[in-house]
Amino acid sequence: MDVKGLKSKHKLLKEQTYPPKELFRGYTDRILHINLDDNTVKIKDVPALMKQKFIGGKGYGLRLLWDATKPETKWNDNENEIIISPGPICGITQYAGAGKSIVVSISPTTDVVIDSNVGGYFGPFLKFSGFDALELQGKAKNETIIVIDGVKNTITIEEAPAEEIDSHILAEQLTEMYADSSDPRDMKNVSVISAGKAADHTMIGMLNFSWFDIKRKKCRLKQAGRGGIGTVFRNKKLKAVVVKSAGVTQDPNHVADMEPIRERGARFAKEMKELDPHQCRMKQEGTAHLVNIMNDYNLLPTHNFKFGSHKDADALHSRVWNKKFTQGMNDGCWIGCTMNCAKAVDNFILKSGPYKGQAVIVDGPEYETAAGCGSNMGIFDADTVIELNFYCDTYGIDTISFGTMMAFAMECYENGIITKKETGGLDLSFGNIESSLEIIHQMARGEGFGKIAGLGIRGMKKYFAANYGADMNFMNDIGMENKGLEYSQYVSKESLAQQGGYAMTNKGPQHDEAWLIFMDMVNNHIPTFEKKAEALHYFPMFRTWFGLMGLCKLPWNDVEPENNAQTDEPAKVPEHVDNYVTIYNAVTGSDIDKKELIRQSERVYNFQRTFNIRRGYGLRKHDAQPYRAAGPVTVEEYKSLEEFYDKKMKDDIGVDPAGKSVEEKVAVTRKYRENRYEQLLDAVYQRRGWTSNGIPTLEHMKNLGMDLPEVIEVLKKHQ
Amino acid sequence: MDIISVNDNIISWKEGMTVRNVLTEMKYTFRMLIIKVNGEIVKRENWDTYTVPRGADIKVIHLMSGG
Repeated sequence: MDVKGLKSKHKLLKEQTYPPKELFRGYTDRILHINLDDNTVKIKDVPALMKQKFIGGKGYGLRLLWDATKPETKWNDNENEIIISPGPICGITQYAGAGKSIVVSISPTTDVVIDSNVGGYFGPFLKFSGFDALELQGKAKNETIIVIDGVKNTITIEEAPAEEIDSHILAEQLTEMYADSSDPRDMKNVSVISAGKAADHTMIGMLNFSWFDIKRKKCRLKQAGRGGIGTVFRNKKLKAVVVKSAGVTQDPNHVADMEPIRERGARFAKEMKELDPHQCRMKQEGTAHLVNIMNDYNLLPTHNFKFGSHKDADALHSRVWNKKFTQGMNDGCWIGCTMNCAKAVDNFILKSGPYKGQAVIVDGPEYETAAGCGSNMGIFDADTVIELNFYCDTYGIDTISFGTMMAFAMECYENGIITKKETGGLDLSFGNIESSLEIIHQMARGEGFGKIAGLGIRGMKKYFAANYGADMNFMNDIGMENKGLEYSQYVSKESLAQQGGYAMTNKGPQHDEAWLIFMDMVNNHIPTFEKKAEALHYFPMFRTWFGLMGLCKLPWNDVEPENNAQTDEPAKVPEHVDNYVTIYNAVTGSDIDKKELIRQSERVYNFQRTFNIRRGYGLRKHDAQPYRAAGPVTVEEYKSLEEFYDKKMKDDIGVDPAGKSVEEKVAVTRKYRENRYEQLLDAVYQRRGWTSNGIPTLEHMKNLGMDLPEVIEVLKKHQ
Repeated sequence: MDIISVNDNIISWKEGMTVRNVLTEMKYTFRMLIIKVNGEIVKRENWDTYTVPRGADIKVIHLMSGG
């Protein structure tokens, strides 16, 4: 690779040195702000109040974005920012899953704040370089890279016209360019953020965060996938952000007390060694272990969430992924992670596109990708899923949104809403592999139907209605989006709590706030509205906390202590919650308990809701869900489980299905389920301290200590 | 009656039915389970041999994972 040749074409726009600052108890208390409009670089101190109320990670991202933007700021306005913030625990190596960053921006698809968590080495290296967060604002004139050199303590902004845009090449080029040598021990000290060509032409662009895999001697990529942040990145004419670190020491965070962290980390490592092989097999299969399980429980989306299982789903079974993934490698996306679940397929030969015939490494597929780019599109072929996974990653688009919006387009095609005339001759029937691959390449080229599909589901609905006279009511029923974000890959029809877990989210239907399907639908543990509301309070608040800290959620509950069954609340995994409280206190020198952990999250969660309200969203009407998420839209869906739905009608609704047409039964079921969802909203809003319109009350914000003047100013108009 | 309750679902009971048979019948393939028969936890190593009594109230608690 001729990286010297590439670098010789760089034009230096700005070089600035900065004073080094070591971390103290997980914080540097500094923020790096870069404005590409005029290439200014500022280092800002973190005010004490901000640290106290917003903690770090997503909290810092929201605070900074609020201050940087106006209520009417659009995703492609210069003032919109991309903020990357790791959180105080990020960067420790003694406990699993401590290398995450949260990326925050105003989303092109939702027009509200999006937050997306991501592994890879960038977040920890940013902290080691002296910053708790990075704010990127403004737009460059030409293709630009930013280099944060934490060794020399310099920041440079450079025009970089010659490097590739696609991430699998760009990450390799820049890692080699900025590493001290080609020795893997030096290469691993560089991490790159990049997007890809499809992020230039679609609204579903994502960001790749790289980490150098010493054993494979290759760059690996983890994704901040949701909500189109890659599109914002490319709109700023950013090609990459590079960070270089001096390396990882035993205690770069300078924690208050290392011993408890080591002890909990060792305990967790033992669980992984002894229990993971009998539990989720995260080390062998990663999250892809879930595909066949979801199929067995009728939760695996197939054909645009019409169905929850399929006869051919064994083609995507976990044992298939077990064989495809290279076993015995070090697959932790941060150093010291004993969960090691970032699985990869090595030497995969591509069958299509500009890299056809090349052998590449593919990070994943994760469960979401296997379901989204597989079963939900009616594709039951593992190699196609891997190929789509590769191209989504290198082109810089989100596999979840790609899968869900393709499934929507396919159902529209099968219903005659779009035809070959509109698709440019492509047959978009469910399961069409060639067309699916062609669409993704069109997205990268910015042409054809790929460009229309790249608008996302909400954009497609408007386009189809305006240009093809499509029935908006039907598209609203089957288009699996809420707030403009495409659903992630679980069928929620039979779990009312999960319907809330999806559609009541701040950013849109991503399962990282709450995954309650087993608790609700299978265990029948939360049968009343009151219990569902309690779960929809506790779990979203608890899970928000990972995003404040720089932690991965998977080690919380994808392996569980042997005695978890004997605890009072096994669903919460009390021993692991105690690990997190202990580690937080040991890193920061604080003395919180598990109740304060929830309060920390509540403050930020309610601030995010207020942020949405400030922008004209965040009301009850914005928590509405597409009916496909709640029940059978069509006769075909009803008939696929007719006996089941008939029984439900009799037992739950108290209506005898005998003598009714299927259309009538669909209507009766729908009326009942839509009413139940409204009752759920009432119960959850009350539990969360919100009005019936979904507005946090002033009293609740005061109780939380979040009665900041700017927050009250927004909320008081809606009380 | 020759029935048992599994997570409040009523299914047929058969002589000699083990916990493992119940899981198969219910298509409960998830691995992180806590199983209680009439309130008593049945350890994983006994799932193949523990026979379920007629009329038993069985709770198969699926823990959360994924995401």
